[in-house]
Amino acid sequence: MTDVIKTTVTLNVNGRPIEVKPGELLIEACEQAGDYIPRFCYHPRMEPVGMCRMCLVEVDGPRGATLQPACYIHVTDGMNVTTNSEKVKKAQDGVLEFLLANHPLDCPVCDKGGECPLQDQTLTHGSGETRFIEEKRHFVKPIEIGKLVLLDRERCIQCARCTRFSDEVAGDTEIAFSGRGDLIEVAPSPTKPFDSVFSGNTVQICPVGALTAKPYRFSARPWDLEQVESTCTTCAVGCRVAVQSSGNRLTRILGVDSDPVNHGWLCDKGRFSLDSIDGNEESRDLLSAATRISQPLLRENGVLKEVTWDEALEAAASILRNAAQSSDGVGAVGGASLTNEGAFAWERLVRGVLGSEHLDAQFGDGLDPVVLQALPKATIDEAAAAKTIVTLTGDLREELPVLFLRLRENIVRQNSALIEFGFGPSALRSLARVSLAIRPGEAHLAARALCDGSDAPKGAIFTNEELEEARQHIGDSGEGVVFVVGRANLAEDSSVLEEAIRRFAERYPNATFLVALRRANVMGALDMGLAPRLRPGRGVDVAASGRDTLDQLAALRDGEQKALLVLGGCLIGNVADAPAARAALEKADVIAVTGHGGATLAYASVVLPAAVQHERRGTVTNIEGRVSAVTPKIVAPGSAWPDVAIAAELAELLGQSIGLTSVEQAAKAIEETTGYPALSVMNDELHDGVVVGRADASSLRHALDPMAFPGIRSTEAVGIASYTGSTTTVLAHSSGVTKGASLSDLTSSPEIEVGIADAYSLTLYASRRLYDRGIAMQGSPALQPLIPSSALALHHVDLDRLGVESGTVVKVTGARGSILLPVVLDEHVARGSAGIFVGTLNSSGENPLDVLFDPEHLISQVRLETR
Amino acid sequence: MSHFQPELRQRAEELVALYPRSRSAMLPLLHLAQEQDGYLSEAGIEEVAGLTGTTSADVRGTASFYDMFHLEPVGKYVVGVCTNIACLLAGGEEFLEHASQTLGCAVGATSEDGLFTLEETECLADCDKAPCVQVNHRYVRTTTPESFDTLVGDLRKGVHDADIPSHGTLIRVKRNGGLRASHDEIREQRATSSAARAKRAEGNS
Repeated sequence: MTDVIKTTVTLNVNGRPIEVKPGELLIEACEQAGDYIPRFCYHPRMEPVGMCRMCLVEVDGPRGATLQPACYIHVTDGMNVTTNSEKVKKAQDGVLEFLLANHPLDCPVCDKGGECPLQDQTLTHGSGETRFIEEKRHFVKPIEIGKLVLLDRERCIQCARCTRFSDEVAGDTEIAFSGRGDLIEVAPSPTKPFDSVFSGNTVQICPVGALTAKPYRFSARPWDLEQVESTCTTCAVGCRVAVQSSGNRLTRILGVDSDPVNHGWLCDKGRFSLDSIDGNEESRDLLSAATRISQPLLRENGVLKEVTWDEALEAAASILRNAAQSSDGVGAVGGASLTNEGAFAWERLVRGVLGSEHLDAQFGDGLDPVVLQALPKATIDEAAAAKTIVTLTGDLREELPVLFLRLRENIVRQNSALIEFGFGPSALRSLARVSLAIRPGEAHLAARALCDGSDAPKGAIFTNEELEEARQHIGDSGEGVVFVVGRANLAEDSSVLEEAIRRFAERYPNATFLVALRRANVMGALDMGLAPRLRPGRGVDVAASGRDTLDQLAALRDGEQKALLVLGGCLIGNVADAPAARAALEKADVIAVTGHGGATLAYASVVLPAAVQHERRGTVTNIEGRVSAVTPKIVAPGSAWPDVAIAAELAELLGQSIGLTSVEQAAKAIEETTGYPALSVMNDELHDGVVVGRADASSLRHALDPMAFPGIRSTEAVGIASYTGSTTTVLAHSSGVTKGASLSDLTSSPEIEVGIADAYSLTLYASRRLYDRGIAMQGSPALQPLIPSSALALHHVDLDRLGVESGTVVKVTGARGSILLPVVLDEHVARGSAGIFVGTLNSSGENPLDVLFDPEHLISQVRLETR
Repeated sequence: MSHFQPELRQRAEELVALYPRSRSAMLPLLHLAQEQDGYLSEAGIEEVAGLTGTTSADVRGTASFYDMFHLEPVGKYVVGVCTNIACLLAGGEEFLEHASQTLGCAVGATSEDGLFTLEETECLADCDKAPCVQVNHRYVRTTTPESFDTLVGDLRKGVHDADIPSHGTLIRVKRNGGLRASHDEIREQRATSSAARAKRAEGNS
């Protein structure tokens, strides 16, 4: 006999033979056979626990047919399963009756009513009559287990979905079951509330109304909500979301289970920042991100006044006309918050009509776009499945939270080895096989040592052993290795990381790269040519030269450039050197095209209101180059226009045309002129989009299990009866990109020289947090209180050396003066460096980066004085 | 700064090292934390979480499953009175009521002087001495209200300090065997006990 490795097993479900993959769970196998088994605790994205017993089915065994939980047993060859017998029905009735004995019948006032798995399955599988006449349990309700999540304990059915999510998926285990038997309840630690950045997911997967989200609680009834599927553009991961509204008011955002991207998960910023879209109605301060700009504004006698579109456009056109008379007189910055169509229209206006090569979607807070475009790319799936993952980024949980979840999954299962460039705080630190502790200004030295096989550079705090172990994981050619590269430190010049990245790309030809830039549609804006030397359709013209954001700001200061178009986002809030940016804008004629207020508007001569996220149609591109559609759910307030329309009108007034008047036309033009997927994605009903340059990649969209993702209505999967768990295979669209960049176009890595750090100083590590002072946070009443205040994080060695205790307020002196900051202990901060968070303020409202950033050097150094 | 006293911290680290996964040491470490503080203080829980690579929510959740771990401060003496069937028939309920009056605290509460916590317990496996009473998990074999009152008086005077240490203390004399035994010692002990078993089996047949 020969051993045959079976690729399928055959089992009988209700007398019908079905073939499934070995090792599959019975509940999934039955689903494929068209027999839906009721469930509460089972969730397709988490390990089974067999906790609720709702999925009991009859399985034949040596002692006859016995009831077994279908979510907890794996299929075997020849298994006989019955899912519809009297015995099964009686067992399910019994389980439901027990669950309902302790569950209140408050559905009319419960948020989950109408979309509740318990309610739905009681109707489909329950006995229909209650025998329970006793008093039910009562608890103090609701209790606030976190800043965003409330718990009504009497509704909990102990399915452990939330605690498993916290432990298994998020990995922070901030909630756990406490107590025993009928007293069991979900509880955080009394000293550490449930403030995970992923807390909202537990609300979404709760199969009853036990966990509710504070922002949504009592704000709508599910049957009143209208829904579209779209892509979240709060960060650049591109999670698929269901956007729901009641009338013209956004009420809720839920994660859609997109297999290649977010697996149904979202971060709390993406989930709860919807209130920032409309802005705060009371907010009138144009410098506040909480204010929604809904009318065109024109500066008259130093004050911005509401005007008509005609007046505003004419003023903008005359500024552009005048500035464009001198060569290099005009440029544009921003664009990461636009759709691809909006970016494409502005690119045509700036390059085509104004004839300027000065445009940049990044605010000097990213990396050299030409290098990024030339790197061989990895998808999120490929990165998550890589043999070795090397991160050269800030804290991924803070910058791209769902990417953190996707990478973490395989690292925890030990399928992927993580090599971390340990610049500062990182939620992945404890999972890293090797973490090289690297101070600001040393990344390129570490990369040189790693690539050349040489020893750790003098003075480095990582060891030769660590280097050698990292080398072994990366291998000789980098086969199976994915480098995740982003901008870790805003107080360090980007050239340091760029050298490291280029070295890796040259040394390891078989490695691929995932670009972890964080701002919304920054990849789409770059692909649409919003950077010097880039061209629409991911093209590059290496011969061209133009000013990036920092160069434009310098040119404005020197008077070489007169006018600046600021496209969305807040320039001042995002550049590392805000004082220099303010000085530049002071001298410039600024036209701001934006949906929200911000510090930049203090310098704007004209403000043109634009439609923002959830108000506009188009496509966006995420970090892996996946183009997906964004769909409007509400109508933009006041007279805000889509960007394509604003750019087209401006072009008309300048006596030319960009050849586009609608979003559809722009999408069509992108696809026809560059081959970059746009219109086909926008019209695609299959939602997960396509990855640029991956014509062969097909994506699977699982039909939505309404019990796993309650609240999301999908035309393919409404109701328990019709849900069959089938999947659709989608063929990717062709996406030939004609003239992409390659590494050979670039000159080989220039060696940069950082200079020796002062022995008495600490080098500054300025990293980003999810909860910063951006539009999404400041405009959301629920999220705004979560913005932390500034602190200076130090390693214990430095604390001891300086004789400072955690919590002490110290005077920190940098290039531009001094600031008072409390010191906190953080062992993740590299010895000899000091960590601050970008976009936070100290107790006097000062931004530490404004004071401590050193524009003259590649790194910033600070000194500490205790008072 | 460790919350555990140096000696306990060292024992805790030894315990963690015994297991392939440090999480497995959680229960023994919780006993150590309770031994030091008399109950599981938040600082103790955090120390255990740190040592086992878990979180305080996780540790607290685990500890809350077990009745002998106290998540709130208890008296120096935790008095347990059994009211299961054998003790119930022997007047366990009345005994508990009497204990409550003598100690001046309700069942489940701690006396005002902070000396006694009274608990109603399940079977303590000493049914022939019903109603069964334990102080800090040590049998005290006092079956009448009068002898209970005498015991309480003696405890207050410190007569029993040597036999009944403060709550939380499980072991007074550290054994040389057990966790600290060498492999040879363990093998020797196993040989002795299996010989004894064989001998017993012989006698039975």
